[in-house]
Amino acid sequence: MARAVTTNRVVISTAAAWLCGFLIFFPILWMVLASFKTELEAFAIPPSFLFFHWTTENYATVQERSDYLLHALNSIIIAGGSTIIAMLIAIPAAWSMAFSPTKRTKDLLLWMLSTKMMPPVGVLVPIYLIYRDLGLLDTRVGLTFILCLGNLPIVVWMLFTYFKEIPKDILEAARMDGATIGRELIYVLTPMAVPGLASTLLLNLILAWNEAFWTLNLSTLQAAPLTVFIASYSSPEGLFWAKLSAASTLAIAPILVLGWFSQRQLVRGLTFGAVK
Amino acid sequence: MATPLSLESVSQRGTAATGTRQTQGLARLLLAPAVGLLFIWMIVPLALTIYFSTLHYNLLDSESQQFVGLDNFRYFLTDPAFIASLQNTLVLVGSVLALTILLGIPLALLLDQPVLGRSIVRLMVIAPFFVMPTVSALVWKNLLMHPVSGLFAWIAKLFGATPIDWFNDAPLFAVILIVSWQWLPFATLILLTALQSLDEEQKEAAEMDGAGALSTFIYITVPHLARPITVVILIETIFLLTVFAEIFVTTGGGPGLQTTNIAFLIYSQALIQYDIGSASAGGLVAVVIANIVAFFLVRIVGRNLEA
Repeated sequence: MARAVTTNRVVISTAAAWLCGFLIFFPILWMVLASFKTELEAFAIPPSFLFFHWTTENYATVQERSDYLLHALNSIIIAGGSTIIAMLIAIPAAWSMAFSPTKRTKDLLLWMLSTKMMPPVGVLVPIYLIYRDLGLLDTRVGLTFILCLGNLPIVVWMLFTYFKEIPKDILEAARMDGATIGRELIYVLTPMAVPGLASTLLLNLILAWNEAFWTLNLSTLQAAPLTVFIASYSSPEGLFWAKLSAASTLAIAPILVLGWFSQRQLVRGLTFGAVK
Repeated sequence: MATPLSLESVSQRGTAATGTRQTQGLARLLLAPAVGLLFIWMIVPLALTIYFSTLHYNLLDSESQQFVGLDNFRYFLTDPAFIASLQNTLVLVGSVLALTILLGIPLALLLDQPVLGRSIVRLMVIAPFFVMPTVSALVWKNLLMHPVSGLFAWIAKLFGATPIDWFNDAPLFAVILIVSWQWLPFATLILLTALQSLDEEQKEAAEMDGAGALSTFIYITVPHLARPITVVILIETIFLLTVFAEIFVTTGGGPGLQTTNIAFLIYSQALIQYDIGSASAGGLVAVVIANIVAFFLVRIVGRNLEA
C-alpha cells in the first residue's frame, strides 16, 4: 500500500507539530509563569523559566489593588446576560426559519448576517450620545443590551444551521405514531436540539466575554468588565508585570476552558456554516 | 417534501391548507422580535450617523449644531490623518491576512498528518483565539516585546544582536504581530476542518493512478482549499478592518499617527476631540469600506445556503 504510514513520518510530523503548538502557546504559558514570580523576577534578565521563587501573592494583591471580583462579576453578568437574552430572541426565529421556511427566508438570513458586517465604529457616535442621554454609559444594562444586539445575528445563524439538520421525517414518524405536539417537543425535538443549543450558548459566551470595542468605549469603572480592567494596566506604574500576568491569567482561564470545549463549533459559528 | 412544523399539531393532510396559513402566521410571530430588533439596530444608529455627519457639531463647542452639508466629508477625506490611517489599515489588514494564511496552510497540513497527541497540539494552537484582546496585547507588549526586559530582547542579546525597540522602531509591525498571533488559530482551524473533510478515497485514487505527493497536493488539495481560504480572507477582513483594543492599550495610535487605523481615528475624533460631525462622516466611510467586503462574503455564504 502506497499510503502505509511509516514510523519515521509519524515521528517527524509529531515533533514538528508539538514544536509549532508549543511556540504558539508560549506567550500564554509565559504569562502564567510570570504570574507566579515576584515583580523583580518577572522583570529580570536573564529570565528564569522554572527555577524561581514560586509565589501566589500576586493573585492576592490583584484583588486588593483593584476590585477584581467586581469586574469579574461584571463580565459574568454582561456576557451571560447578553448571551441568554440573545438565545431567547433567536431560538423562536431560527426555529421558524428552519422548520417553516418561506421564499424570503434566505434573504432574511443574509440580511441578518449583513448587520453583523457593520463596523461598530460606524455607529459609535450615535450609540455613545444615546447612551449618554439615557444615562446608560458605564451600566451593565447598557453593555448587556449592546452585546446582545451585536451577537444576535451569529446566534440566529448558528441555531438555524443546527435546527435545519434535525430530520423532519422523524417528526412525521412521531406523529404517525400518535405523538402529541407536547410529547414531540419533549421526547423528539429537545434531545436533538440540545447539542446545538449548548454549543451556540458556549461560543457566544466566549465572544461576549472577549468583546473589547463597546466595553472599552462605553464603560469606565462601575460596569467595567475584565477587558476594561486589564486595559487599565496599560498605563505603567512601576513594577507591575507579575500582577498584570496574574490578573490576565484569572481573566482568560475560564474562557480558555470553555473555548477548548467548543472548538469544533467555533468553525461553524464563525463561518456562518460556510465551512463545516 | 416534509410538511412544515405546526405547533397546532396539524397532522392530517386534509387540513394542510389551514395548517399552512396558521403555521405561517406563527412563523412570522416567532420571527418578529429578532427581525424587529435587528432592523432598529441597523437603521436608527445609521440614520443618526448620517444626520450627524452633515452637522458642525462639537461637544466641547457648547451644543451648537449647524447644517454644513458635505463639509465634514471633505474635511475627513482630505485630512492627512485619514490618508495615513487608511494606509495603516490596509497594511494591517493585508499583512495579518498574509501571515495568518501563509502560516496557517502549512500548520493545517501538518496537523492533518498522523501526529501523536494531536488533540493536545490542537488545543495549544487554538488557545490564542480565546484570549481577550486587551490581555494578548499587554502580554506581548510587556513580557515579550519590551526593549529591555522582554523575552525577545533577551533572545536578541543571546545572539549578539541589538534588541528591537518594537513600539518605537516598528510600531505597526508590532501590532501586526500581535493581531496575527490572535488570528492564526482561526485560519488554521478552518483550513484544518476543510482538509479533514477532503475525501480520503479521492486522494488514494489519485495515488493509485500514479500521482505523486506534490501533484496530489497541487491538483486535489489546493483546489479543495480555495473556498475555505476565501472564507478566511473575507471573515478576517471584516474583523481586522476594525481592530481597536490592541491599538488602544499598546500604542494609543502613535507614535504620531504610525499605528492609527480608521477605527482608531474615528474613535479619537469622537471621544477625544468630541468632533461628532467629523467622526460621523468617518464612520460612514468605514461602513462603506466594510460593505464592499461584506458584499462578497454574503454572496459566498448565500451560495452555500442553496446546497
